[in-house]
Amino acid sequence: MSTPSVSPKPVKTNRIGLQILDYRGGKTTLCAGCGHNAISERITEAFYEMGIQPERVMKMSGIGCSSKSPAYFMSRSFSFNTVHGRMPSVATGALLANKTMRSIGVSGDGDTVSIGMGQFIHLLRRNVPMIYIIEDNGVYGLTKGQFSATADIGSKLKTGVINDLPAIDTCALAIQIGATFVGRSFSGDKKQLSAMLKAAVAHQGTVMLDVISPCVTFNDHEGSTKSYKYMQEHEEAISEVGFVPHFEDIAVEYDPNTTVDVRLHDGSHLRLRKLHEGYDPTDKVQATKMLMESHAKGEVLTGVFYVDTQKPDFASLLNMVDEPLATLSQERVRPRREVLAEIMDAHS
Amino acid sequence: MTTSGLVAQGQTTSSLVRGGKQIVNDFSIQIATVNGSGSQSANSVLLRSIFRMGVPVSGKNLFPSNIAGLPTWYTIRVSKHGWVARKTDIDVLIAMNPETAQQDVLSLSAGAAVIYDESFKLNERRADVTFYPVPFDQLTASTGADAKIRKLVKNMVYVGVAAQLLSIDMEWIEKSVRKQFAKKVKAAELNLSAVRAGFEYAASSLTQQNPYLVEPMNATQGKIIIDGNAAAAMGAMFAGVTVVTWYPITPSSSVVEQLIDYMKKYRIEQDGKASFAIVQAEDELAAIGMVIGAGWAGARSMTATSGPGISLMAEFAGLAYFTEIPGVIFDVQRTGPSTGMPTRTSQGDLTFIAGLSHGDTKHVMLIPASVKECYEFGIAAFDIAEQMQTLVFVLSDLDLGMNNWMSEPFEYPEKPIQRGKVLNAKQLEELGGFARYKDVDGDAIPYRTLPGTDHPAAAYFTRGSGHNEKALYSERPDEYENNMLRLARKFETAKTLVPQPILEGDGKQKIGIIAFGTSHWAVIESRDQLERESHLETDYLRVRAYPFTQEIHDFVASHERIYVVEQNRDAQMLHLLKVDLDPAQTVKLRSVLHFNGLPIDARTLTTAIASQEGAGK
Ligand SMILES: Cc1ncc(C[n+]2csc(CCOP(=O)(O)OP(=O)(O)O)c2C)c(N)n1
Ligand code: SF4
Ligand SMILES: [Mg+2]
Repeated sequence: MSTPSVSPKPVKTNRIGLQILDYRGGKTTLCAGCGHNAISERITEAFYEMGIQPERVMKMSGIGCSSKSPAYFMSRSFSFNTVHGRMPSVATGALLANKTMRSIGVSGDGDTVSIGMGQFIHLLRRNVPMIYIIEDNGVYGLTKGQFSATADIGSKLKTGVINDLPAIDTCALAIQIGATFVGRSFSGDKKQLSAMLKAAVAHQGTVMLDVISPCVTFNDHEGSTKSYKYMQEHEEAISEVGFVPHFEDIAVEYDPNTTVDVRLHDGSHLRLRKLHEGYDPTDKVQATKMLMESHAKGEVLTGVFYVDTQKPDFASLLNMVDEPLATLSQERVRPRREVLAEIMDAHS
Repeated sequence: MTTSGLVAQGQTTSSLVRGGKQIVNDFSIQIATVNGSGSQSANSVLLRSIFRMGVPVSGKNLFPSNIAGLPTWYTIRVSKHGWVARKTDIDVLIAMNPETAQQDVLSLSAGAAVIYDESFKLNERRADVTFYPVPFDQLTASTGADAKIRKLVKNMVYVGVAAQLLSIDMEWIEKSVRKQFAKKVKAAELNLSAVRAGFEYAASSLTQQNPYLVEPMNATQGKIIIDGNAAAAMGAMFAGVTVVTWYPITPSSSVVEQLIDYMKKYRIEQDGKASFAIVQAEDELAAIGMVIGAGWAGARSMTATSGPGISLMAEFAGLAYFTEIPGVIFDVQRTGPSTGMPTRTSQGDLTFIAGLSHGDTKHVMLIPASVKECYEFGIAAFDIAEQMQTLVFVLSDLDLGMNNWMSEPFEYPEKPIQRGKVLNAKQLEELGGFARYKDVDGDAIPYRTLPGTDHPAAAYFTRGSGHNEKALYSERPDEYENNMLRLARKFETAKTLVPQPILEGDGKQKIGIIAFGTSHWAVIESRDQLERESHLETDYLRVRAYPFTQEIHDFVASHERIYVVEQNRDAQMLHLLKVDLDPAQTVKLRSVLHFNGLPIDARTLTTAIASQEGAGK
């Protein structure tokens, strides 16, 4: 992206001729320093850099501070802030109506892992083609700081309340349930999160990204395992994530000795530089084992844990016509007169 | 018994030969079986044979919440007058269930006839009914049917016995059996031999003593028999539904099951691809969520459910109301919770749905009374939902949805599909943008765009929370209030789109009846009874939708006393009317309620109205 420029004020555009401005959203109303804001910026960049037409994107969310954030990126995309915990069903319905659209869902740990657990699991199981991001801060931000089900056991609220229930690991769960692209990152890790988001855009199927996103107001203090400080001290990347879009030259970065290369649906390449010996992102068992081991060690493992590019997504399973169902003409959706006569005859 | 004055004219040979007091084409048959014994085919053959003889019939299944083992009763009402409401008295009992046989016999009125398995030894129970013992097992065995399927074939034996005793034409029985087993020739032959075994046994070994006879008429020509759920499914298909989601629940499951059959047959394109998506959701929350997501993105979407499912949909119903998203929900009403009487009928979801959800919400309800209306409202619901940009609920009930009803054939929808106010890229270019929640046309219905519309000004942010005309976040009191007032005005606009009420009678009587849904059939029969027996003339207005239109106000204003007939305990329609009507008018309303889980019958109504009117029989 770094072409040296000579002219005084070159307008930088992406491959479809849009500027980053065309991907901006409204001004955020979240707290300054909230991890969610950083994620919005990465999303903005990823869609800009991938050259996705904003009008081709549906932004979906549930309820929470995190779920408000679609208002703060890509205003030219269609957006639906739904109800608490039920965004997956609305997103699924929208894609049934128009499978040619891209979809990105933003949720929170409360929105997904407590009230929304049922719908979340079924979204993954169906492999609905969308990016599903959990902005994970271990608390309910919007209702002022109660524990969520991803809060680590033993972690402490500002009020002194200690969580004595185990955390649910959304990544381990997603791998088991059938998501086809599962990763974890940290809102403060610009490089890793950007690469993951761009790969997510290229993937066909459910992408589940759990992004640790500290809540500076209710959960960024000593005793919180989802604070900036804790993350900086305990984050351990499973692998370094590199991503090469299909429209960029792949050979340049190719280095066969230390990387695992995953070819995504649109021809893009997700490259994991191995930090862990023998890490294979297509092995469910290994991925789950590593997650469990890191829990035991008190570490937060980040990276892309699992990718499956073979499993058909939900839209293809349904064998729908190529065009969006939403706008099929009357001729295609209202059977002919003879059909009515035939059914009437069967009941005569 | 309601048999007085209905003695047959005795024109045909069969009735002449038998002589005595005859009751022709005006009685009911009840078949008492065990759930899961496969009696549906046999019952359907009986029903359709009588229907094909030109005689009006209706069939009602009274079944338990159980897969196999508990008693079920299927009632066929034969009525030369065309009455199809439930009739409480049973004239001919076919007792196939040893568990209930004694009780079934005891509950008959004097003069009834009983066909039963001879091993039940029922004939000692009473002297005032006619008994026809039949060696069912022996007759079934004589057909050579495999031991495995004997239980099923046995049902056809009673069809044969009944055909002989009631003079049902064997020619029609044969045709009905063949149609029933259309693709299974062997099964048809086997079943026919069972029918014949029963018929011949009755002819040779039983002496026909009952007065009940079927004689050919010409009252069903061109008509069809169908259940309301299949009719609703047809409506949805011809409405051009594209996204269907559901979570199984009796009595609504067959709406979608039937729809799946139709869509697979008629909505697969030449390349083998589907012009629809049908998804069995994980629960009703997801089912309605998908409907709303699909409606938002521009599909014609629907789900079908019953009361407990509606309960789960409440939050989403509010979201759809405030975000103004179309969708159709078929509610096939039943009695209460899942452990209540889930297989019994009711009209108990009315007030719940009218204001379903949080904040101030109001929902459009269409209330079909007939299978034809299930089909027609099934189509109209999608048009209204998209025109109004709101959810439309179609309130059927178990009686309508799962039972067999005669009907005029359905008509092909001539009106083109109405997709409402949707702006495309070209229109946006001309307009230079749009405000999602602005009342441009004075009907309070705003314009919308669909995701994917290729214009930089097309997108908007959909949120249930406070928004201004431009769909921007707002917590300003005036903007919230304006939007709420517009939504209220939009509901007024709905009055111009919903099916109008239907008036029966000359409108000049003092007494009015208001009813809706399946109560209709009992009401029309009851009006006849009131007039013949008590000289009480009535006018009748059938409400077919909510919001209520002016006709309803006028009807109440122009009558002295109005009986509001409904199949629920709490007079839900009456309460909705009270909210709308001028307080001076509401004192005229009186309730006639029926809520025991069985479909309402005319006699209950007649008795209630006649006694309140001080008219003896
Ligand atoms: C049905 C329902 N119950 C409760 C709420 C209140 N509520 C709003 S946001 C929220 C929790 C959000 O937590 P999370 O998803 O983690 O988002 P965060 O604010 O932490 O980003 C709750 C309980 C609601 N909106 N709807
Ligand atoms: S309360 Fe927490 S989660 Fe919500 S905006 Fe503030 S920092 Fe972010
Ligand atoms: Mg949270």
